[in-house]
Amino acid sequence: MKFGVVIFPGSNCVTDCYYALRDVLGQDTEYIWHGTKDLNYFDCIVLPGGFSYGDYLRCGAIARFSPVMDSVLEFAHSGKPVIGICNGFQVLTEAGLLPGALLRNKNMKFICDNVFLKTENTNTPFTNLCSGEQVLKIPVAHGDGNYYVDDETLKSMKENNQIVFRYCDAQGHVTDKANPNGSLGNIAGVCNREGNVLGMMPHPERCMEKILGNEDGIVILKSMVNYLKGGVING
Amino acid sequence: MDKKAYEKVGLTSGEYGRIVDILGRQPNNLELNLYGVMWSEHCSYKNSKPVLRMFPTSGQRVLQGPGENAGIVDIGDGLAVVMKIESHNHPSAVEPYQGAATGAGGIIRDIFTMGARPVALLNSLRFGELDNDRTKYLFENVVAGIGGYGNCIGIPTVGGEVYFNDCYKGNPLVNAMCVGIIRHKDIKKGTASGAGNAVMIVGAPTGRDGMGGASFASTELNQESQENRSAVQVGDPFMEKLLLEACLELFDTGCVIGVQDLGAAGLTSASSETASRGGSGMDIDVDLVPRRETGMIPVEVMISESQERMLVIVEKGREEEVTGVFEKWGLHSSVIGRVTDDGILTVRDKGQVVGRLPAKSLADEAPVYHREYKEPSYLEQIRVLDADRLEIPADLNGVLMKLLASPSIASKEWVYRQYDHMVMTNTAVAPGSDAAVIRIRGTNKAIALTTDCNSRYCYLNPGVGGAIAIAEAARNLVCSGARPLAVTDGLNFGNPEKPGVFWQFRQAVSGMSEACRVLDTPVISGNVSFYNETDTHAVFPTPVVGMVGLVENTANITTQAFKDEGDIIVLLGKNGEEAGGSEYLKVVHGLEKGSVPNLNLDEEKRLQDCCLELIDSGMVKSAHDCSEGGMAVALAESCISGGLGAEVEFETCGRKDFLLFGETQSRILVTVEKGKLEQLKNIVGRFDVPVLELGRVKGEKLEITVAGQKEIGLDVRDIETNWRGAIKCIME
Repeated sequence: MKFGVVIFPGSNCVTDCYYALRDVLGQDTEYIWHGTKDLNYFDCIVLPGGFSYGDYLRCGAIARFSPVMDSVLEFAHSGKPVIGICNGFQVLTEAGLLPGALLRNKNMKFICDNVFLKTENTNTPFTNLCSGEQVLKIPVAHGDGNYYVDDETLKSMKENNQIVFRYCDAQGHVTDKANPNGSLGNIAGVCNREGNVLGMMPHPERCMEKILGNEDGIVILKSMVNYLKGGVING
Repeated sequence: MDKKAYEKVGLTSGEYGRIVDILGRQPNNLELNLYGVMWSEHCSYKNSKPVLRMFPTSGQRVLQGPGENAGIVDIGDGLAVVMKIESHNHPSAVEPYQGAATGAGGIIRDIFTMGARPVALLNSLRFGELDNDRTKYLFENVVAGIGGYGNCIGIPTVGGEVYFNDCYKGNPLVNAMCVGIIRHKDIKKGTASGAGNAVMIVGAPTGRDGMGGASFASTELNQESQENRSAVQVGDPFMEKLLLEACLELFDTGCVIGVQDLGAAGLTSASSETASRGGSGMDIDVDLVPRRETGMIPVEVMISESQERMLVIVEKGREEEVTGVFEKWGLHSSVIGRVTDDGILTVRDKGQVVGRLPAKSLADEAPVYHREYKEPSYLEQIRVLDADRLEIPADLNGVLMKLLASPSIASKEWVYRQYDHMVMTNTAVAPGSDAAVIRIRGTNKAIALTTDCNSRYCYLNPGVGGAIAIAEAARNLVCSGARPLAVTDGLNFGNPEKPGVFWQFRQAVSGMSEACRVLDTPVISGNVSFYNETDTHAVFPTPVVGMVGLVENTANITTQAFKDEGDIIVLLGKNGEEAGGSEYLKVVHGLEKGSVPNLNLDEEKRLQDCCLELIDSGMVKSAHDCSEGGMAVALAESCISGGLGAEVEFETCGRKDFLLFGETQSRILVTVEKGKLEQLKNIVGRFDVPVLELGRVKGEKLEITVAGQKEIGLDVRDIETNWRGAIKCIME
């Protein structure tokens, strides 16, 4: 079972994801250079956060043309799990693997802070160890995390249970005040129709250890391990 | 040669004469420009050198003192901390976003030039009062610029300070600090040696931006400065991220002899300084430098301050290894010349020699000035504070709330929320406590980081103010559980040619030096920024102290937050009622005067040792330095951070307002479990430090009784809303 963390030029959470998987969870993990095409011996791909290609033009817009992305598309279409965190989420929407787009934060400023997430779908490779509606404290750090999608798509996303995380308060109430960036419906993370591709703006890899004051991210990464081990997905 | 030519590049007639003596002839235009930038104050420290010699710069742990791109201090296990602070004041006054962004970019390069991976950024910012649009614009864009650069490159901005005072209106101060971690064996130096070795320029192509920035930084700001935007560089953090990764990968190959960042004075300083350090010369051809603009003449290439470039000295025959690594990262790398053994910097254009000058004369032989100094006359009037004429406010609750909403004291969340302070996943203590703490992976250690300076104290008494800046920085680290290791200083002053300003400078450095000696924190790197003046006034003397400390065991990391109901609140150190120079006097009485608080360095040292011993013993649950706003603000901050109230009592026969809001030095508030109080007192007794039980952590209110009367009674939630929202409310 092998995890791969993709390095685009300008990705800056590469080491963080690698460390979280390899050192904190003890998983076999390798870096994947953006020029790589062969992803055959990986079981799960992580598109990490950062500023791929400087986020010039539009966040994730250039990275989607990296050679590795053709293979990531293929990998995802074969049903294997792909997670995009922050910039990785932006790349996945640009690549068409996930619906919607991420716009500038409503207040037009970069936001780095702890936020709370309500888990709305535990039937995914990334949330199968979460309890129903579990509230997780996970940090965000982005300038463009304002999720937007058209009404029709949103409707079908709801029907398909594709909204995985929403911003909420510490008690799990999804309120305007708990929405850090103006995201439509407080959406913080979504998956594809098949459920094997997840994009989320918050950074679970940043809260995996006691010394960092927060371990809520563990459940997400452990869910991935559990899924790959053939663990049961919640029904 | 036209007499004005040397004036145009910022040189005096005396300096011009010296150049003619060195060369034995008149310099040509290119050569003159090179001397102009290299002999500017910014590059040569010609006004400050003799004074800076006062600083203690060596110590058991110092691996690299001043004189390199950054200082290095040992933290054991074969590891070391690399640190430096630098000012970007003038660029930020004119073009705040790019000025601040490139300030961060420049200081990051100084760190990885030494071979280290940068792990944290800090800053020290000063603006005018937030009562006008121009200042808000500067504040907003400086913060955005620092964030824009640090967030993109992926180095956490973990701490700093922001102050507001009218003396900075028109001349804000933007000091950026970077800290890196390195293995001793990987340390790189800015040295060019070995005739025939290749001189390569790597990273971004060269353009016309930042022309003469070093000279621009060495004059006062005026109306014309606003037009001087071409002296401000433009930053590209994405490019720097690639450069950072490529350089660290390159250093691993072992083919690099020396490396230097192209900062102030660009290729001129990088070439002449590396050659001078190595006792070598260099023969370079500007035609081989990759450009991003056409039609650049040789002098423009030599003094351009285009960002994200490095000069690398590479072992002869291994140039292709460099090209390989940089191509992988999509970056330029070009051989532009060779190291020579003649000590001469030879500049060519398409092979033709266009300048020949001794490298050492550019880098190290600028004239040194022993400036005149004299105590400025303003001091006499502001020293005296007639306290009897100040009414004691009836509503001390109101005073506390007003102080907590004063932008210099209020929460800086509006600022640090815009900085990614968590990337790299090492931030154990985020912004908002006494110091930031970064754990060192693979060890049980952590480092604590802070920047500090109360410039009002320095304005009222630069000697004591300078010493307090060092003492307070060290105290902040100690409160976090760290033993202070070393200092990087950012000395921001007015025009040194004015005797009053130079007196402030000398006094401040002297006060800092004494404190550094007693507290065993040598100065290992730093930066001097003079000419921080506008048409009407100079800034307060502002010697910013950047300090790093070592937490030997991460279990000892301590924060200011109250932890548990029932814990006993104890004051270490002598309580006092010194109000001179306080935020209270300024905010409530509109006065910036009086005697600054007294500082006894021996007492301070004992206090800090005592606090560390207590933390080591494992009994301290929280520790917080009492600084701006005094005891009442310190208690309020610990309540807010912990989400808990406190009940506290003081005795006094003096003034209640001075007791609560005065800024007496050498005081630390700690909390312990009730059952451990006696044990604490025993340890404190060994250090001969005064100790006073003040009260306990309790409920949801902060209640302070003074001389039997309840003076403060506020809900922690109300205090927090007021403190947290103050800056946001002004800015949005």
